Formats: sequence, structure tokens, C-alpha cells
Amino acid sequence: MPTVSMAVNGKSVSADVEPRTLLVQYLREHLGLTGTHVGCDTSQCGACVVHVNGESLKSCTMLAAQAEGADVTTIEGLANGDELHPMQEAFRENHGLQCGFCTPGMVMSALDLVQKNSDPSEQDVREWLEGNLCRCTGYHNIVKSILAGAKALKG
Amino acid sequence: MTGTGIGASIKRVEDQRFLTGNGSYTDDINRPGQAFAWILRSPHAHATINSVDTSGAEATPGVIAVLTGADMAADGVGGLPCGWQIHNKDGSPMAEPAHPPLAVSKVRYVGDQVAIVIAETRDVARDAAELIEVDYGLLPAVVDMDSALADGTLVHDDVPNNRCFDWEIGEKDTVDAAFADAQHVVSIDLVNNRLIPNAMEPRAAIAEFDRSTGQYTLHTTTQNPHVIRLLMGAFVLQIPEHKLRIVAPDVGGGFGSKIFHYAEEAILTWAAAKVHVPIKWTAERSESFATDAHGRDHETHAELALDADGNFLGLRVETKANVGSYLSTFGSSVPTYLYATLLAGVYTTPAIYAEVQTVFTNTAPVDAYRGAGRPECTYLLERLVTKAARQLGMDPAELRKQNMIQSDQYPYQTPVALQYDCGDTPASFESALKVADYLGFEKRRAAAEKTGKLRGIGISTYVEACGIAPSAVAGALGARAGLYESAQVRVHPTGSVTVYTGTHNHGQGHETTFAQLVSESFGIPADQVEISHGDTDQVQFGMGTYGSRSLAVGGPAILKACNKVIDKAKKIAAHIMEADVSDIEFADGKFTVAGTDKEMAFGEVSLAAYVPHNYPIEEIEPGLDENAFYDPLNFSFPGGAHICEVEVDPETGNVEIINFTAVDDVGRVVNPMIVEGQVHGGLAQGVGQALLEGCVYDDDGQLLTGSYMDYTMPRADNLPSFSVATQSVMGASNPLEVKGVGEVGAIGSPPAVVNAILDALAGLGVEDISMPATPQRVWQTIQDSSVRQAAE
Repeated sequence: MPTVSMAVNGKSVSADVEPRTLLVQYLREHLGLTGTHVGCDTSQCGACVVHVNGESLKSCTMLAAQAEGADVTTIEGLANGDELHPMQEAFRENHGLQCGFCTPGMVMSALDLVQKNSDPSEQDVREWLEGNLCRCTGYHNIVKSILAGAKALKG
Repeated sequence: MTGTGIGASIKRVEDQRFLTGNGSYTDDINRPGQAFAWILRSPHAHATINSVDTSGAEATPGVIAVLTGADMAADGVGGLPCGWQIHNKDGSPMAEPAHPPLAVSKVRYVGDQVAIVIAETRDVARDAAELIEVDYGLLPAVVDMDSALADGTLVHDDVPNNRCFDWEIGEKDTVDAAFADAQHVVSIDLVNNRLIPNAMEPRAAIAEFDRSTGQYTLHTTTQNPHVIRLLMGAFVLQIPEHKLRIVAPDVGGGFGSKIFHYAEEAILTWAAAKVHVPIKWTAERSESFATDAHGRDHETHAELALDADGNFLGLRVETKANVGSYLSTFGSSVPTYLYATLLAGVYTTPAIYAEVQTVFTNTAPVDAYRGAGRPECTYLLERLVTKAARQLGMDPAELRKQNMIQSDQYPYQTPVALQYDCGDTPASFESALKVADYLGFEKRRAAAEKTGKLRGIGISTYVEACGIAPSAVAGALGARAGLYESAQVRVHPTGSVTVYTGTHNHGQGHETTFAQLVSESFGIPADQVEISHGDTDQVQFGMGTYGSRSLAVGGPAILKACNKVIDKAKKIAAHIMEADVSDIEFADGKFTVAGTDKEMAFGEVSLAAYVPHNYPIEEIEPGLDENAFYDPLNFSFPGGAHICEVEVDPETGNVEIINFTAVDDVGRVVNPMIVEGQVHGGLAQGVGQALLEGCVYDDDGQLLTGSYMDYTMPRADNLPSFSVATQSVMGASNPLEVKGVGEVGAIGSPPAVVNAILDALAGLGVEDISMPATPQRVWQTIQDSSVRQAAE
């Protein structure tokens, strides 16, 4: 079994994994970081979005071995202790989540949008979320949350 | 005042854990020494099982066990039960063919369970399943309802014509007489498209058996853990309640699809006692598509009789409903008592008769999906009434108003069993018309025309029955269970509170809203209240969450228990303050003696209850912990009006929702922020049904829409921001005066969208379009329209 090493949420980690292990499986099953979710088997739902070297990525589309040496951030790596990241706080303030299952992927995806476009319009947000499915919120409050989060991050 | 009681939009308690990745969904849970299961499923829609050879799988290193339907049958395991018995027109009971959790002699749909492989890892289990050799004898599949009723292929050998039941409601003769007097008869044929629920969390389960105690524990993605305990324990595996614990931890959405007792729950629990290690199973999305119970799937012919002035005289409805291959837990109740009892809608139609045939086919079981029967009913009525307005040359808003039940007519007895307790549809309709600027629409249509777009406006007014359900009524109609709810309110010594509720929170925000109820009742801040749910070892009993029942039935149970706590606390306070209990008043978290300045805070009394040094010990027991069961007197009846405005691009067939207005009457609102969120979500599912979603099987029973590449889920850029408001008449059938909000969005919205599209295309002579109105279907409808055809 190949050994993979990477930094996850700022910590160096290393493990022997089966070659077919996906990054999301590695995060969930080897590291116990179960905040990253699996909602489909065709890379469409976006519940597994994490950041790899600063870019959002569906962690079911990458083998753990492909992330060798990478810098990975998951939903668990965002808050500062009990203090939520401004984007997490925006979701809380604007009721941007219901069952919570799509939420980690939504937040991680939203952060990548905002780093690429610090002042997105509602339409920008709606189009960006093409790769993230939510069945609970009708997206109304997710869009509102991301717009508020973008504003907060811009300061 | 705490500021956290009823009516406050406080932020949700549950969000902190979900936003930081600390939720605990079933697949996030791991048990020591656990093994993993893979379910081998039928690739065929209909086939006999001639033999199953498991030897190759069993010989695979890492495989612990391979078990089949034959093993289950040998152990005397029962079939999955149906929870609601419907009777045929002639009084005989519905057909209830056996539903073995693992198929024994025959498979009946693609995805039917054939074997379970238990192995040390999921990959090994999955790989080993490939080595199981099943000799199938292929049979022709029946997929559509007409063929199922007509031809000789039987899904179940003991169910002639594949008819599950043939049921009726209403008085046929009265309706026939109304039609004989009619000046106008408007008829319509509709398909209510089959949907796949698609909660974002796939189903999952972990089963364990403790040999030393004989105790079973099942973690499962369910909306109603006690119901699963009852159904699986009593009917399938014969495990008594005290030896069976069901835990429903965080659940990632349900929408009805996680109500039902699924085969995998029974298979895993049964197998856990054989292998003596915990067994974990998580569905892949493909399995969810194929095996989660689907929703809707009706074909209906209906006729509305009107007099010369447009007054409704009678309604006649014939519906065929697909129940799939097996009767799911509540599959029989959805197209009957949750559907046809609402056929009066918001109108005074004096005579209504409906017949419903349900049909077995070689497709996944069909059961409740957000709205369950009520969206099908609303779609039928609101399409039909809109068509009637067009046929009579009337404004669809005016025709509705003319026939609408007025606020002074409540309680209103419908001709189809239900009595609506209260409501005011004319008021919510007027508000919606105003917000949507209905009167200004023609100007907007003309403006759109200049840009080459066809603009249309569509109306839907609706009422639904939820708060499921008064047990006596449900029992008389065939329910095999009571539908009350239970609560336990445990006040701790220092005055904080834990509430145990039998409902289950999977996105609805109960941990917040229910704490607000207690905050209101005890005058303590909501953050002093913890809501516990989902574990049958903690919660005394419960019927779970579906049918918009949690606040309307579970809420009053909490209120009742709170009132018992207050009654007891008053006795304690009276003793300590040396007053008569009749002089004790309780408000804003303080017990006071009337006419004096004596007072005790809530926490002081609770402490006295647990440290009973000065205590009326002859009169009452120590402690402050009360439970209650609440059974509602009637259903609750939310309703309202939805108005949709669309622009159709005639070149591409694309439909854009420009505005969507929803004014809903949901009774008292506990948390306005959460209520709005519930409406948004329901609307998205309704818009999804109207524009995007449709389950398709081919003629061989293969599921063509089995992934997110083939089944179109609503995405953010398919939807607008919604304009939602509540305009409520306080509920009349429960002490909280609430009605329910979980399903209203999905119930009211589909006909509003389709009526808007038909309004946009009316100038082309288009009178009908089916859901989902995809761009391709809209474009084709435009090409086939009488105006286009005449022009060519």
C-alpha cells in the first residue's frame, strides 16, 4: 500500500492507504474528519468540497495519493476555536442551512468564490453554486448567506 | 421577558455543530470492531431467483459472512409490513403481498435486495458481492399502470391484475345529479410525475448485537425511530422493545423518504446477531435512486361541473396511483386519505366523488414524499379550475374568489370527510395578488413581448391537512397505529431543562423551536433548554416527524408536560412561601403569592424539588420531571396562495421564474426565520417537480434517471429569490394554535408554475403541458401548437 503524506488543516499527516482510496475517504475514514460528506457517487452534489492548495475541489474526484504533499483545508479547519469563520457566521446569521449535510461543501465552495470574486452579485453566486446541491433551503438563504459572508470578508 | 419565546427569530442551536463539521450523521459514526456490508441488488426488474451461489464470495479473504433470502426465510423472518389498511369499494381489504427483506424466489424491481455480504472493509464486501452467482429466470416487466392492469404479467402471483385496491370516497349519485344539471363541464387528464426524493444524506445504518445482554442497537437514518422499533421488532424480527434500541442521530434530510421501514434495517439487525460484530452499511447515491421510496406517480381524469354563472356544482375524479413493486410503510394512505379527502380544496364544491385504483408495477415502492397526496390533489384542482376559467372566458382569480370558502363558513364540512377547522383563503389570496401585482401583469406581459419573451402568470390556492393525526380518526380510516406524540420535560435541580421529544429533527430546527416553547412556558432563556430526540432508550415514545406534525402534535405534548411541571412547582412554591396553592401565580419565570411581594424564581423552586428539606412531602414526590402524551382533536389545515410569473423563451423553451409569491397561513409562527426557510425549501421542491424532476423507467424496468447526471435536481441558478409571507388565522385544533409549515411550499407551488407556463403559451393555442416542463418539452409544445402549425 502506498504511503501518502499531506498537510490537513495545518497538521502534517501520513498513512498507508489502498491505491483506490479517494481523498474524501482518507479524510473521513483515516483522519476521522467526518465534516466532509459524501452525498453522491458521480461527483455532482458538492457535499465533499474541500480546499486543496487553496482551491476548492470535490474530494471525491481525487485519489488520496494525488494529494501527496498538498495543503488541504476542510470544514474543521475554518473556525478559530469557538469563533466561527465569517462565512460560517454568515450562514448561521442568515439561516443558510437546515439539515446541515450539504453545508460544509457549500461553505468551502463559497470561500473559493469569494477569494476569486470579492464582490459577487446574486447571479454570480447562483451560477457558482452549480456544483453544490441542497435539498432543504431552496438556496434562497444560502445565496443570502454567501452575499453576507462576502461582504463581511471584504470588511 | 426572555426574548427567546414564541415569535422570536432566534438563531438555530444546531448550526454550530453543522457549520464546524461536528454533526454526527450515521455514516460519521464508527463502532469498535465494526464490519461493513454491501447489499447485492437485482439488476433485473422482474425475474425468478433459480439459485444463488455464494461460495466464491465466501471464500474471499476478509469476508465474514454472505447471507441470502433463503437464510432469512429459514430463520422465520417476517415481511416488511404496511402501516395502513385500505378497503376496496366492496369492503374487502387491499391486497398485501409478502415483502421479504431479502428476496426469496423472485425479484420485483431493479435494486431489490438479493444478498448481504459482510466483510472487514467496504471494498472487500463490494468486490466479493461481484462473485455471487445468481441464476435469474427473466420475466417480462410491467412498468406503466395501464399495462399492469391489463396484461397477464403479475408482479405478485396472488394479486390479480396487479391491483392493490380499488377505493372510493364521496357520493357518486349526488355527483352524477350535479353533472346532469350542469351548464358547463370541464375535463382534464393529468399525470403527476414520479419523483425521487433525494435527501442529500444517503440512507445508512449500523447494527449491533450484544451477546451478553441480548440487546440489539440500530443506528439508522430515520425520521421516526420508535416507529422503526415497533415495525421491525414486532413484525419482522420478533425482538421485544426492551431488547431493541433504535438511534436516529443527525439525519441529513428526509422529505418523507426516511419515514419507512426499509429492508436494509432488518437485514443488518438480523445479520448482526449472526456475526457478532457491528455491521455498517451506507447507500451509494445510485442505491438511493433505485431503492429509496419514490413519490407521486398518479394518472388522473377529472371533471368539474359548473352552472351558467361559473359556480362549481360537482367534481368527479378517477385516479390511478402506482405503488411500485411492494407496499411501502404508508404507500396505501398517500393516494387515498392524504389525497382525495382534500378534493374540496378551498372551494365550496357541494358534491365530490373520487375513485382511486392502486397498481403494483416492477418499479421501486412509492410512498410519501414532501406533501404526500396533497400536492397531487392541489395540482389537479388548480389546473382544472384554471382550465375552467379559460373555457368560460373568466379571469382565473375571479373564478376562484367566486367559489372560495369564506372566512365565516368555518368550521367547514367538505363532502369528502374532512372538516376544516378554520382559515381565511380569500384574505391570503388577496394579499398574494397584491404582492404579485396581479392587476399590473398585462403591462409586464406586453413589455416582455417586446424582448421576444412570452410572459405568463399562474395562480394556485390551496388547503392541506397536516398535524397528522387524530388517532381515532386515523384508526377508523385504516391506520394501524396511533398518531399522537409524547414529550418529557425534565427540569434539573438548578433550573435548566432537558426535553425529550418523540419527533425527530432532520433540518426543521426543532432543537431551536422547541426550546422556544419551553422558554415561553417557563420564562427562562432558550439556551437553558436542551432538546433531546432520536434515541428510543432516552425518549419514552414517539411517532416521529412527517406530515408537518412535529410542532402541531409534538409541540402541544411539550406544552402539556410544561404545564404539569408548573402545576407541581406551584405546590412546592406554596409550601415554601406558606401560602395557599390557589394564591400562587406564575409569570416571567417567577412564582409569586397574589397580593404580596413574596416570590421565588423558577430555579429556586426546582432546587427545592431536588433538595426537599422544606417540602410538602406528604402531598407530592420530590423531583420535577413530567411526561405527557398529546393526541390532536383534528388535523390542522394550513393553506394559502402561490403566484408564479414566468418568462418563456420561445426559441429555446427555457422557462425563467421571474417572481414567485407565496402567502401562507400556517397558524401561529414560533420562529419566523425558520418558517420562511421551510417555505423556501418546499417551494424549491415544487418548482423542481414542475420544471426539472421526473423519474423515468424504460419498458424493461431499468431506471434511466439513476444519477445526478440523469435526474435534474433544482440548482441555485434554476430558482429565484422567493417572496414569502405568512398571513395566519390562528390554528383552532391545538393549544399552540399552530398549523404546520413543512410541506406547504411543495403542495402549493407546482400548479402555480405550470399555470404560468400555460398562460404564457396561451396565445399559441397551447392548453396542456406535462410536468416536468423542461426546455425540450416546452420547445416541442410550442412547435406542435395550433398557431405554429397553422403558420407553417
